Amino acid sequence: MSDAQIHLTRVAAARWRLAVLLTTVMTLVYVGFILLIAFNKPLLGTVLIPGLSLGIVLGVFLILLAWALILIYVHWTNTHYDARVAAVRQDRRGGR
Amino acid sequence: MQNGETNVVAMAGFGIFIALSLVITWFAARRTRSTEAFYAAGRSITGFQNGLALAGDYMSAASFLGIAGLVALSGFDGLIYSIGFLVGWPVVVCLIAEPLRNLGKFTFSDVVAFRLRQVPVRVAAAAGSLAVVAFYLIAQMVGAGNLIRLLFGLSYEVAVMIVGLVMLAYVLFGGMIATTWVQIVKAVLLLAGAFMLATLVLAQFSFNPIALFSEAARQYGDGVLAPGRFVSDPVDGISLGLALMFGTAGLPHILMRFYTVPDARTARVSVAYATAAIGGFYLMTFVLGFGAMVLVGQPAIRSVDAGGNMAAPLLAEVVGGQAFLGFISAVAFATILAVVAGLTLAGAAALSHDIYVHVFRGGRASEKEELRVARGATILLALLSIALGIAFKGQNVAYMVGLAFAIAASANFPALVLSVFWRKFTTRGAQASILVGTASTLALIWMSPTIQMDLLKHSTAYFPYRNPGLFTIPLSFVVGIVVSLMAPEPAADEGFTKLEHQIHLGEEEDD
Repeated sequence: MSDAQIHLTRVAAARWRLAVLLTTVMTLVYVGFILLIAFNKPLLGTVLIPGLSLGIVLGVFLILLAWALILIYVHWTNTHYDARVAAVRQDRRGGR
Repeated sequence: MQNGETNVVAMAGFGIFIALSLVITWFAARRTRSTEAFYAAGRSITGFQNGLALAGDYMSAASFLGIAGLVALSGFDGLIYSIGFLVGWPVVVCLIAEPLRNLGKFTFSDVVAFRLRQVPVRVAAAAGSLAVVAFYLIAQMVGAGNLIRLLFGLSYEVAVMIVGLVMLAYVLFGGMIATTWVQIVKAVLLLAGAFMLATLVLAQFSFNPIALFSEAARQYGDGVLAPGRFVSDPVDGISLGLALMFGTAGLPHILMRFYTVPDARTARVSVAYATAAIGGFYLMTFVLGFGAMVLVGQPAIRSVDAGGNMAAPLLAEVVGGQAFLGFISAVAFATILAVVAGLTLAGAAALSHDIYVHVFRGGRASEKEELRVARGATILLALLSIALGIAFKGQNVAYMVGLAFAIAASANFPALVLSVFWRKFTTRGAQASILVGTASTLALIWMSPTIQMDLLKHSTAYFPYRNPGLFTIPLSFVVGIVVSLMAPEPAADEGFTKLEHQIHLGEEEDD
């Protein structure tokens, strides 16, 4: 196995771990939210200040979380992943 | 607002949109001479543009009018839908966007078939795509007919035909270039319209959404801020949630957009722009829904349309008068047209690129021939969607968008993920996974209370849940894995190494 091949495998594994982690976080938080809706409606109906219930706060949090996860992924891949893939590409060209 | 009253501003606004979009189509047509231009806009769309176009493809009139109406009539419950439509996007960017761009050419079947045997996989994947496109199209066409009747006073059949023919013009002549720009114009109009409407609403509450919510709670009780009857059954709730989440990553017209950008990095970045637009839009629909609840009032919304679909237009009339109502109506019409165009193009690509070229011609069709077949498929689909729209007149098709998402999540998503991430996946496995996913979703929806009790008026249903996703998504994964393990396919296994390279390095590095 060439160096480039080993590097590529490492980069691939790193991206795969991040992707699975972020997807899992999103799925668990979202399923948790639905379970709260299904099993504890009064809790989500708790009015924090007039006009604002816990449910609405959590709902907006979920939308912001989806954004945040995407930004984390895009930021990491744009800065780390792309650079490492570019290095592998350079290696492969050099090795030919 | 009177039912079916003709609004001059709405007509003018819509006329301007059609004229503008046909000008775009005319310019696009001159550049649409190759299959790459027709299916993928010559891969020249920037990340920001594709982000807006993705948002345009994704934000259907159902989400604009439907969710605002749902919030107006049942408060918090509408938010459950808004969130469901957004949480799928992290999945799209993490698992799907880049492999798709680097492995495929025009359709998601390209990716599934990358290292598997072409013909069986293409047939199954095209069937999955076409099933999603068909149900989504029927829902949009029927919605279009009803809406346009309410907004513009045209007859249902005329409305369906106008939508079908204008959309046909975009796709037939302008291909993906015209469709993309129509999506972008529509997304900007929709965001601007929703923003103006939300601003006008909030202006009456000193720009404090919480003051709006508390006025809603004062008028209708604190219940509107809490979950109501919408998720009455946990299984159904999770099932719907999973279908919305993973369905997004299996919608053929959304997936196809990733081929319009030059590289994987742009594909990834375009998702960030798309989610910013979509998320912002859904946050605004929440303000619009509560605004309509308070400023229009639930009885008035119900009196125009029992489903609440007219909440946003009625709100526009209350806060901005006839002219603004006209503008919002025109935006709603533009929204429908653009979504229908995107769906038709995805369906045409499945028919021509997957079925004709790879199944009937063994992948050896000339560029000219493929383009001709793609255009023929577009005409066929447009006529079919007009016919289906008219055939389903008066039917309650609200469940069909849910059905489209359920099939996308259960048929397309598992095959896509397994083919990209699992070395031992085989042709037979892919075939079984897609076909079982599609068939089980259709069967469970058929046996559900939605069809058996609501539509056929039987007293019981064979299957207790309305949403099959919780069962069909895992079933499709399990079937794909078990069938693959039963009969290994050495060629597919070997091809995986090349696939792994190409996912990261792209096609030009293939050596």
